[in-house]
Amino acid sequence: MLEVSDLSVTRGGVKLLEGVSFKLAAGQALVLRGPNGVGKTSLLRTVAGLQPALGGAIQFEPDGFAYASHADGIKATLSVEENLTFWAQIFGSNGVEAAMMAYDLRTLRERPAGALSAGQGRRLGLARLLVTGRPLWLLDEPTVSLDAEAVGMFARAIKAHLQAGGAALLATHIDLGLEDPTVLELSPYKAKTPVTDDFDEAFL
Amino acid sequence: MIALLIRDLKLALRAGGGFGLALAFFLIVVTLVPFGVGPDPELLSKIAPGILWLGALLACLLSLDRIFALDWEDGSLDLLATSPLPLEGVAAIKSFGHWLTTGLPLILAAPLFGVLMNLPATGFIPLILSLTLGTPALSVIGTFGAALTVGLKRGGLLLSLLVLPLYVPTLIFGAQVAQRGAEGLSITSPLLMLAGITCGTIALLPFAAAAVLKANLR
Repeated sequence: MLEVSDLSVTRGGVKLLEGVSFKLAAGQALVLRGPNGVGKTSLLRTVAGLQPALGGAIQFEPDGFAYASHADGIKATLSVEENLTFWAQIFGSNGVEAAMMAYDLRTLRERPAGALSAGQGRRLGLARLLVTGRPLWLLDEPTVSLDAEAVGMFARAIKAHLQAGGAALLATHIDLGLEDPTVLELSPYKAKTPVTDDFDEAFL
Repeated sequence: MIALLIRDLKLALRAGGGFGLALAFFLIVVTLVPFGVGPDPELLSKIAPGILWLGALLACLLSLDRIFALDWEDGSLDLLATSPLPLEGVAAIKSFGHWLTTGLPLILAAPLFGVLMNLPATGFIPLILSLTLGTPALSVIGTFGAALTVGLKRGGLLLSLLVLPLYVPTLIFGAQVAQRGAEGLSITSPLLMLAGITCGTIALLPFAAAAVLKANLR
């Protein structure tokens, strides 16, 4: 489903990771580990195509992934249901009800998203993944600000997703109780020679 | 794409969405000018087309930094960039949404404000015509400017400075249409130039905006 070979990742003109290679098959989850600043977020953003890779190749089915970053992309003045419906329309799918059920958001459906707590907002952000209907999930610290119960909801959602033939690439430090997640420790891929070759960055 | 437009319109109409800000600013400019230059009806009717166009342009400028900044702050822009929508389409829809929430109200309010400025009766139709043709260009150019400055903290000043020179041709020909119309002269050539500018910007700038958005999302 996703094949990354010899990938080099940069952030702000500094090379963070080099020679990263892995494969992700349907039904599989790959957990990225490593200390803060090692390049987990940058790797995910590179795979998502939000920033260019310095070298290497990324192969996956076009338009096959959904990306969730630290920010949830929630509009404070829209209700929970309106937020989800918007993303369902953008991705041309339906499943708003099922997504709200999975994250126990049905009682909050009319609530403006700005009035949600941090954990509830995060649940809404994760529910967005379900309405995209995309097979590959790229998740950056998905469990931040979730309580134990909500982490359980997320673990169930991701297990169901994997069983349905999906795949997930996630950066997390929490053990989600996945059956056999492959763990990729990123520290060994740390770039030896940080190079600045981004011309623009010199002026910023 | 329609979903994005509907969402943007909803956001604009709800609390803190900024709908009406441009209109209020336009009203302020038009009501303050007579206090500044004196209440001479002849002088007012002479400068009315220019002031009305300038007011509309500045009102438009006021709301530009909202086009992408809010989506950038809450992460929606990243999510939109990884969604099935092409960024060119996102930029085009954002311009259209901006025009619907600022340009269109300005056009509708312009006749009323024209009365406040003692605009000659012959000037109303050319004024509305020139604003209808010209304000889409203001929104599209503004969207390009907003895409250039997205991600900069408080980039409003830079945005204004970048966009102002690009607004000059639209202002010149737009005000020219309104001015010549008010004087009862032929308006064909400035009107054609204005239409040309608008068509050109609509055709080209969404692509440019998408390209700079991609670079800015890194």
